[in-house]
Amino acid sequence: MKSEPDDRGMFGDFGGRFVPEMLIAALDELVERSARILADPAYRAELDGLLANYAGRPTPLTFAERSSERCGGARIYLKREDLAHTGAHKINNVLGQALLARYMGKKRIIAETGAGQHGVASATAAALLGLECEVYMGAEDMRRQALNVFRMELLGARCIAVESGSRTLKDAINEAMRDWVTNVETTYYCIGSVMGPHPYPTMVRDFQRVIGIEAREQILEVEGRLPDALVACVGGGSNAIGLFHPFIGDESVRLIGVEPGGEGIASGRHGATITTGVPGIFHGKRTLVLSDDDGQIFPAHSISAGLDYPGVGPEHAWLHEVGRAEYVVATDDEALEAFQLLSRSEGIIPALESAHAIAHALKIAPTMSRDAILLVNLSGRGDKDVDEVRKILASRRKEPS
Amino acid sequence: MARAEGRIAERFRMLGAKGEAALIPFLTAGDPDLDTTEALVLAMAGAGADLIELGIPFSDPTAEGPTIQRSSARALARGTHLRSILRLVERVRSRVEQPIILMGYANPVHAMGAEAFAKAAREVGVDGVIIPDLTPEDGAPYLDPCRARGIDPILLAAPTTPRERLEMLVRETRGFLYYVSLQGVTGARASVGRGIEERVRLAQSLGDVPVCVGFGVATPEHAREIGAYADGVVVGSAIVDTIESAMRDVSKDSSARARAVDEVGRFVEALKKPLRR
Ligand SMILES: Cc1ncc(COP(=O)(O)O)c(C=O)c1O
Repeated sequence: MKSEPDDRGMFGDFGGRFVPEMLIAALDELVERSARILADPAYRAELDGLLANYAGRPTPLTFAERSSERCGGARIYLKREDLAHTGAHKINNVLGQALLARYMGKKRIIAETGAGQHGVASATAAALLGLECEVYMGAEDMRRQALNVFRMELLGARCIAVESGSRTLKDAINEAMRDWVTNVETTYYCIGSVMGPHPYPTMVRDFQRVIGIEAREQILEVEGRLPDALVACVGGGSNAIGLFHPFIGDESVRLIGVEPGGEGIASGRHGATITTGVPGIFHGKRTLVLSDDDGQIFPAHSISAGLDYPGVGPEHAWLHEVGRAEYVVATDDEALEAFQLLSRSEGIIPALESAHAIAHALKIAPTMSRDAILLVNLSGRGDKDVDEVRKILASRRKEPS
Repeated sequence: MARAEGRIAERFRMLGAKGEAALIPFLTAGDPDLDTTEALVLAMAGAGADLIELGIPFSDPTAEGPTIQRSSARALARGTHLRSILRLVERVRSRVEQPIILMGYANPVHAMGAEAFAKAAREVGVDGVIIPDLTPEDGAPYLDPCRARGIDPILLAAPTTPRERLEMLVRETRGFLYYVSLQGVTGARASVGRGIEERVRLAQSLGDVPVCVGFGVATPEHAREIGAYADGVVVGSAIVDTIESAMRDVSKDSSARARAVDEVGRFVEALKKPLRR
């Protein structure tokens, strides 16, 4: 099996380009020029050099021995994207796009950010490559992630507060798209996940495929065979598709995406777009979305700001429809539990996003045989979440349960 | 089923015979509420509007500037939805002879179902639709059902649109071509985008379809300037601004609504004046 879009960027019924005419010429230019630049050996060599010598790739594959022992089932491996520069997989995509922007002659990049991880990664790449960088961030998120706002500023980027709508990630994307429409001649829009109109979902995926390519080689080297299942968290879906994609043709490998269950599906406060969403048109693509009967998008909720998105990459919607990948849910509480468990048993503090994937892996590992292999994408490190988790745990200790 | 000549084509033919450019005011349905929208539509129709564009509010209006974003949010907060807007069109249809165009993002149409939307819109007498996030390529599944029922899918063209694509848009659009005056989002501007006259003349030369200009058009002076070459002028944010500021001081007060209606009526009259022949 293969997973490639048609020439309009459609994965089955999902994807495409649903943007105002004002962006069509820019997207056509992006399709045409990115195809040429990405195939240029000079670009390729420069990006590979940055990934190796700046971002720290390849990232290791770590056997989570004590967690595997405790589960008493599958052997759990962690793909250590937390060890990439800036602490998450986001840098893979950002280096690719920022370098592309420079090859395209654009002097300014813009980005949206939720928790601030993609914003920090974009600011980092812009500093490295000498580009001007402005990052749109919901005012609400800026308040919650003040430290990342300061990081971006230290890196020389400007963080712009978005006061419209729910003042979170989806509104930051709206505002970035408005900026791009206005400044399309000079500006490159560096999207942070497999979102937006064609060619972004495919291009971002291709920059993140390095995760799966490395993981495949590494697991073959240590175990001599492919894993039984891959597990990754899904916000927009970039770390998940980056891990999954090189394994799509390996039909024995289960692909499991973990969505944020928030306070539980029944509460309505979650971000489980594939599990509960409906087909819709949002942020430039047709995909599964959280939308009411009237077609209004409603805000997602998750303990992890990076999963707080009411849409999902179109390729995931398609992989779900054809049944090649499975999508499950982990709640805020389950993620919080896994966050602490992994810290204590492996000495790794995971990002709250990644903790969703860990939670599900710890749930299914005991049900699998001892020679089964589970490979989990540890998409980022948890330093950014430590303060938030400290507050939540402190407030819970006060509440009698 | 398709009409030989739609209300929009008929309107442009009448105006064309006089050498007059169309005035197309826009407002968001449901801002501040649907009853006021009804009164505003009637007032605009009486004040010289040639076609009337009603916005369907959306949670994530990516092509809109702050004015229409706020107006969209107010309308949603009032519980306005696509079905109640269609009922509004039904109520005013027999009382205004001008073509009525719905402008809204794709997801509410998708949620209702493309066929169901086209059927309902046709039944209440909608004449055209503008769905800014649909292009002829990806938008066909939504636009075709409208066209099949005689509702004109009005396409946008942009300053960055290359000539070859412009030819396609001129061929594919129905009713008129909506030329966006500037690269950017909606919102009143101090001056009209540069170079737009040349683009409009090119689009006019590529086919028979009328070419109208919108985005940023805010004053009678702009209307006069654009009306000299374009077939019509769309004014949105400046009208929404008028409603917003009339409502601001004494919201809740019914006299504020009456004042909004009155001021919009006068503004539309002022916009139309330099276009009359
Ligand atoms: C560490 C980490 N993992 C996952 C995500 C979710 O994004 P995606 O689903 O695109 O990988 C984020 C987003 O900010 C993140 O910071």
